[in-house]
Amino acid sequence: MAAADVSTGATREPTPSPLRSAVIVGGNRIPFARTGGAYVKSSNQDMLTAALDGLIARFGLQDERIGEVAAGAVLKHSRDFNLTREAVLGSALSPETPAYDLQQACATGLETVIGLSNKIKLGQIDSAIAGGVDSASDAPIAVSEGLREILLDLNRAKTAVQKLKIIGRIRPKDLAPDAPNTGEPRTGLSMGEHQALTTAQWKIAREAQDELAYNSHRNLAAAYERGFFDDLITPYRGLSRDSNLRADTTLEKLASLKPVFGKSLGSEATMTAGNSTPLTDGASTVLLATEEWADAHGLPKLATVLDGEAAAVDFVHGKDGLLMAPVFAVPRMLARHGLTFEDIDFFEIHEAFAGTVLSTLAAWEDEEFGRTRLGLDGALGKVDRAKLNVNGSSLAAGHPFAATGGRIVASLAKMLHEKGAVDGRPARGLISVCAAGGQGVVALLEAA
Amino acid sequence: MTDKYTQLVSRGLGRDVAKKLGLPQPVQLRRYQPGAPLVTGPVLVSGDSAGADDIATTLLGWGLDVRRNALPKEKLGAIILVLDAVQHPGDLGKTVLAAGTSLRDLAANARVVTISRTAQSAPTPASAAARQGIDGLLRSMAKELRSGATANGILLHDNLATTSPSALGALRFFLSGRSAYVDGQFLTVTSTSGSLPTDSERPLAGKVAVVTGAARGIGAAIARTLHRDGATIVAVDIPAAGDHLAAVANSVRGTALQLDISRDDAGHRIIEHAVERHGRLDIVVHNAGITRDRLLANMDEGRWHSVIAVNIAAQLRINEALLASEHFKDSSRIVSVASTSGIAGNRGQTNYGASKGGVIGMVRSTAALMEPFGGTINAVAPGFIETEMTAKMPFAIREAARRLNSLKQGGQPQDVAEAIAFLASDAAGGISGDVLRVCGQQLVGA
Repeated sequence: MAAADVSTGATREPTPSPLRSAVIVGGNRIPFARTGGAYVKSSNQDMLTAALDGLIARFGLQDERIGEVAAGAVLKHSRDFNLTREAVLGSALSPETPAYDLQQACATGLETVIGLSNKIKLGQIDSAIAGGVDSASDAPIAVSEGLREILLDLNRAKTAVQKLKIIGRIRPKDLAPDAPNTGEPRTGLSMGEHQALTTAQWKIAREAQDELAYNSHRNLAAAYERGFFDDLITPYRGLSRDSNLRADTTLEKLASLKPVFGKSLGSEATMTAGNSTPLTDGASTVLLATEEWADAHGLPKLATVLDGEAAAVDFVHGKDGLLMAPVFAVPRMLARHGLTFEDIDFFEIHEAFAGTVLSTLAAWEDEEFGRTRLGLDGALGKVDRAKLNVNGSSLAAGHPFAATGGRIVASLAKMLHEKGAVDGRPARGLISVCAAGGQGVVALLEAA
Repeated sequence: MTDKYTQLVSRGLGRDVAKKLGLPQPVQLRRYQPGAPLVTGPVLVSGDSAGADDIATTLLGWGLDVRRNALPKEKLGAIILVLDAVQHPGDLGKTVLAAGTSLRDLAANARVVTISRTAQSAPTPASAAARQGIDGLLRSMAKELRSGATANGILLHDNLATTSPSALGALRFFLSGRSAYVDGQFLTVTSTSGSLPTDSERPLAGKVAVVTGAARGIGAAIARTLHRDGATIVAVDIPAAGDHLAAVANSVRGTALQLDISRDDAGHRIIEHAVERHGRLDIVVHNAGITRDRLLANMDEGRWHSVIAVNIAAQLRINEALLASEHFKDSSRIVSVASTSGIAGNRGQTNYGASKGGVIGMVRSTAALMEPFGGTINAVAPGFIETEMTAKMPFAIREAARRLNSLKQGGQPQDVAEAIAFLASDAAGGISGDVLRVCGQQLVGA
């Protein structure tokens, strides 16, 4: 608040606050479990609390009042309106830590990182925990729309006769429950069917998709073997590794699987259970702070959050594929910093489907697409495959929707920290996450 | 939790029946609670040396009710036999017999403590005989005590006063509830190093302590006990135990370090974590250990090598890193968990026995390397401790293991932790290369 200075007559202005850096201190997640597996009895709140408590233990945050905690879930019970705050209250953090829920489909986790980083950069908070959780095992099931309307009418009815009349409207079909699915409300197509169209449009070969899936499993298994996840994961309910990981899978095994999406394409159907991500349960968290806060707490500074960008595409009218929004977000964000793919050392492209990653790469390598759709002189560029998802991604780890962003951010931050400097500049990493509704969120990190 | 049998025979009808039938009669042991008095009654200081007078004066200074001669029918909290000046076995009788007449007046959970000198440094055969005689005397006396009372001894190197810091530290440990399950044992004081804490309820205030194998059982109890005594805890365990580890770390407001201690860089990682997060490293407790039991005739390579690798090779490698580190030079402490299996042996545990015997050898040898910078290294050898692991033993074997000691019951994880907390404290600065058994004076074995 500005106050008049009586003696000089001058007005005192608020102190200007220059932008600060938002650093990633570290992260913690629970192993991801295939739906119906180890976490079948765990709620979103249970898993998010477990992920938080592991983070608190790793960094000694017991009773700490964190600036703000933001997390979310895609599949959410209506009773979980304050999911994140409830998880904070159930954790070892100070109960005076504020929290809010956020939801942006599969980009939820990454968006919490970007939003909280912005608050830190602006000087609003000094520390934050970003996160996300999802359970497809403990998914909310609603009554049918017909029954819901009848029940609401019943609640409003005053007399017994009115009530009886309303109850009489219930038909057997109204009793069927309404379970959530990955179908797009505006097209009725599932995410997999949408991607099958995109995969076919970009002529992505079955072999290329299987190879990407194979590399995801191989890279993730190797990362576990060398202890990469020792300070990124805390076991939960008897699981200490992602249950979807198949360390012993082979290209032959993947090639033997039958297509599950795009079957209407006939012989062109290429998407199998092996090169698509299964429904998964899990939770992740990321600790963010100013450099000063990290130093004062004797905590590491792995990477800084440089920037973030969201995009959306018109998939409803078929202009672009449902999961292609990151294709547009990345060039916009890189242009802001005058960077090209040459300046990026790690690419973390979320593997919703192998076809998604490969369609994205194909679009970026396409001269015509670059000119007509991205407004560039030609193709955006070619991603060096040796820099792509080097410690595995969602095809191997699984994808509990809102938890994927936190998984990627924490792992990439550690990779950047280990890499340190490249040609005299800090190592850089790019994150790309596609989301339902034709959206995408991307982010740029740099070794701290 | 005391076992069900002990609860049953501790009171009422159960106690009367057990007494009539001549069944073992364990009692609920007096365990340390912050704020509890050091002993539960007057202390009789027996002995006529100058060292005995010094002890009596010191105890008066601590505010204890001190007797130089027993009063008829008065219940005693402790008897201290000061035998530091004996020259000949014939010198023992007077002090020992005088104390003997008061044994029947000991209160429940009372303490008997001898203070004498090490036999190895005795100037004459007669002196050595007298000093070594105290060993047999103490261990026999411990077996005669009832109702949770224990007898333990303090051995002083020559020229050390009975009131040297660690002699008094050991005396306080033995008198207190911290030594509840230590019986028939000696602690040897080798130097005047060490100092009594200014706050006896927070003897580890300001220290940073690493505890390996901290996710559960004895390790979790060690973390909680060191934290209670004021230390900041780094809780270490294998990544697969991370969820339990996080719970322990959060309960003691410390940090969790998921680390396989058998990795080559484990020592480096431990030092780095402690110094970067907490600014220093004072105490390392090597508690992590595994069992892979098999009769030697059936032993395979995997079982043998994994036990050696985790239980002793890892400790040796971490100690090398600690000794080489500039951050471990300030009265640093290492305490290792050995086992009575490494002393007396245990059928089916050749690998485990070798590893735990190895711990004892390592501790004795490493003491000299720690001495130049005022550091100490000691081991604690637990006997039968009530843990999740021993709860899985077959009933009959478990019952036998539990009762075959002078206290007729198993120890609690806290009992092991208390001994470690003492050896990790400044008060134990004059004790190094020693092995303290926490076994209720197991009747079999050494």
